[in-house]
Amino acid sequence: MSAVATSPVRICDVTGRRIHRSAEQLVKANAVVAVVALLVGIIAALLLVLTRWQAVHLLPPTWYYRLLGVHGMNMLIFFIIFFEMAVLWFAATVLLNARPAAPRLGWVNFGVMLLGSLMVEWAQWSGRADVLYTSYPPLKAHPVFYLGVILFAVGALLVTCQFFATLVIARRERTYEGSLPLVVYGAMTAAIIAVITLVHGAMTYIPTFLWSIGLIAMPDPQVYRMLWWALGHSAQQINVAAMVAIWYMLGALTVGAVVLNEKVSRSAFVLYILFISMASAHHLLVDPGFGPAWKIVNTSYFMYMAVLASMVHGFTVPAGMELGMRLRGYTDGLFGWLRRAPWGDPGFSSLVLSVVVFGFVGGITGVTLGTEQINIIAHNTMRIPGHFHSTVVSGTALAFMGATYYLLPLVFRRRVAFWKLARIQPYLFSGGMLLLVLGMTFAGSFGVPRRHWDISFSQAPFDVPFNPAVDIFLAVMGIGGIIAFLGGLSFILIAVKSVFFGEPLPEITRGVEMHGVPRGLTHPPVHAPDADERNAALHDPARGIAGATPGTLVLVAVFLLAFVVYYFANWKLLSFLWKIG
Amino acid sequence: MLTKVHTGLDPVPGIWWRPAHKSEKVWVAIAFAWCMVLFAMMPLWHFRGGQNPAGVRTRVDPRAFHERTMEFAAQYKVGEDRGTPIVQPPPGADVYLTALTYSWYPILQLVAGKEYMLHISSRDMNHGFSLYPMNINFQIIPGYDYALRVTPTEAGDFRIVCNEFCGIGHHAMVGRMIVVDSTGAEVADNASARVLGGASR
Ligand code: HEM
Ligand SMILES: [Cu+2]
Ligand SMILES: [Cu+2]
Repeated sequence: MSAVATSPVRICDVTGRRIHRSAEQLVKANAVVAVVALLVGIIAALLLVLTRWQAVHLLPPTWYYRLLGVHGMNMLIFFIIFFEMAVLWFAATVLLNARPAAPRLGWVNFGVMLLGSLMVEWAQWSGRADVLYTSYPPLKAHPVFYLGVILFAVGALLVTCQFFATLVIARRERTYEGSLPLVVYGAMTAAIIAVITLVHGAMTYIPTFLWSIGLIAMPDPQVYRMLWWALGHSAQQINVAAMVAIWYMLGALTVGAVVLNEKVSRSAFVLYILFISMASAHHLLVDPGFGPAWKIVNTSYFMYMAVLASMVHGFTVPAGMELGMRLRGYTDGLFGWLRRAPWGDPGFSSLVLSVVVFGFVGGITGVTLGTEQINIIAHNTMRIPGHFHSTVVSGTALAFMGATYYLLPLVFRRRVAFWKLARIQPYLFSGGMLLLVLGMTFAGSFGVPRRHWDISFSQAPFDVPFNPAVDIFLAVMGIGGIIAFLGGLSFILIAVKSVFFGEPLPEITRGVEMHGVPRGLTHPPVHAPDADERNAALHDPARGIAGATPGTLVLVAVFLLAFVVYYFANWKLLSFLWKIG
Repeated sequence: MLTKVHTGLDPVPGIWWRPAHKSEKVWVAIAFAWCMVLFAMMPLWHFRGGQNPAGVRTRVDPRAFHERTMEFAAQYKVGEDRGTPIVQPPPGADVYLTALTYSWYPILQLVAGKEYMLHISSRDMNHGFSLYPMNINFQIIPGYDYALRVTPTEAGDFRIVCNEFCGIGHHAMVGRMIVVDSTGAEVADNASARVLGGASR
């Protein structure tokens, strides 16, 4: 904060919003720690990928398993959740013009989360917690590991409560008119799911902690797995909700995406909460503790409503972008709006790549692998990391990166450093990830296990000669991993340079290209004054089903086709196996 | 019926519960129908499909299960490979397999086309049963007996890879399963998985 910045509020020169500095500081702190966790996680990632690439096989076994745990915790827990804390603070205060509830308490919670993470890091790096991030008993870690996770979760839970308190303040102080913006509504969905998740977290880690200090007997390993995944899977639902909220935000900022219909989008968010699969059965489909009825019901709740919700957002997000572009005059043909979109804006390219890879790869593989019987040919193979690197990494993490390119000028008041690099970073990261995902997925189809140090089985009593194609897939994974590592590292460099050594941003002048400022800020995508009439014309019933967004209809039709083909191809593969059951 | 044009960053004045456009309705309907297909396939496969993870699941004391396995191995032992007994139970029998860090015990020898009741459990840790190169995978948890009816469809020499992290020796945990055809010959249909020498039966 500079010396003149005495007022607790400043007015944003782009959006005209009142920004409370105390909230801004919390957004910054959480985002910075998230990026540090990303750095730790990504260094581990490079070493892991160079070990799983059997031709390179870099690390010794102890360090492979240790860093696998480090990578899991730093990426999936610390990076993602610290960033989500930043998103919650941002959505509740900046987007609503509101003051944060109890900012001091916010700092205490931040400190507790940080302390918890450092405890986990210590336990993991010193070899006292070689239990991977799932820590399934009978594997046992040092008590500090469990305690660290508990502290982290408590801190996150309290921040979530502060988020709700801030919403109440905003409403009471009438900082906005009408209903919450959709983006805040999505963040609120994520926060509600976070509460459910963190309660399961307590049910999982408190008994394990007590066991680790010798106070109670070991929790039943199957019950632990069920509770752990009630935490672990719901956490993914938080990520999905937060990611979709960011999709709507980036769509609005980069191309002026409109909300087609509030009812549809909001109902889809509610479905996430109602059908969150608290029992998380799809991680336990080939476990011995549960029967088929339990597994089927808890995987689908009879109708896969959470999948439906994602398919709805998968339509409304691109359709909103298409309509937004059409209302701004890009009306040519089916895909003119796409061709003439700002592909050089890293906020936009992150958004599109996130939607496409999450939907086409992550979504389709996820539902397929999470089918009771198909799981037999996927469980604990490389198909599983192949799947979630296309959801939480290529989807959520990339969406967060895209959002950062807007947060840097808007909240940090800095130009985006290494601007040329920033413009290609999303492509680098997403492209590398896609190769990694393909390599993992195909290797897994040949039975290559996940979490495994040596698939040449040099120390095993029997040989396991994998199909030579596996070597090629692992090489694809390795090369993709290196590219994704470079993409991720570029992001970290850009973020750190901008935040700590970046050039302060003077006022943003509209209509003038500025180095290091995304196009959505210099050329805000405003709609024509007659947008409402144009909108009504595009929705004219005479235009039929294709309506206002014919391009999107084509895209989702292709998506559905790919889904159906992949899904039934897997049933076919399954039918070739031994008879079993 | 349309709200005013606005983005997801704008608060929404007035009532937003308004009818959706036809294209959205159609997509939601199609997506819903597809979700029902996704659901229906699972129960359907239990009746019409040959591969299901149902089995018969019971609680068991890990030590008792291990002892039961050793009895079973002594009863039907026909040979030995690297210190591990090769066991050929009669078709239709209850067959036992114990996972213990870091090995699979014993080596089962089954006949193609015959059904067995395969009981798998763990003596200590979580383990993963992964039949190579069939790519059949099950989670093995101490204290739980996972009994699956299996009918090997082809003869060959198979491997059991552990695919759940069970400790620092996890990657050395490989077992063996042999399937012979009805004449008793082991058909090397699965030639690539054949152990190179060493097996004495
Ligand atoms: C450059 C980026 C990344 C690369 C190259 C990479 C690579 C890898 C590799 C090679 C594995 C080990 C798979 C195995 O041996 O079983 C792995 C596991 C994993 N990764 Fe990543 N990853 C990256 C980014 C991320 C991010 C951003 C996240 C989360 C947001 C993430 C979450 C995970 C998780 C949860 C695991 C599983 C750990 C376990 O099995 O215990 N990864 N990743
Ligand atoms: Cu899940
Ligand atoms: Cu193992």
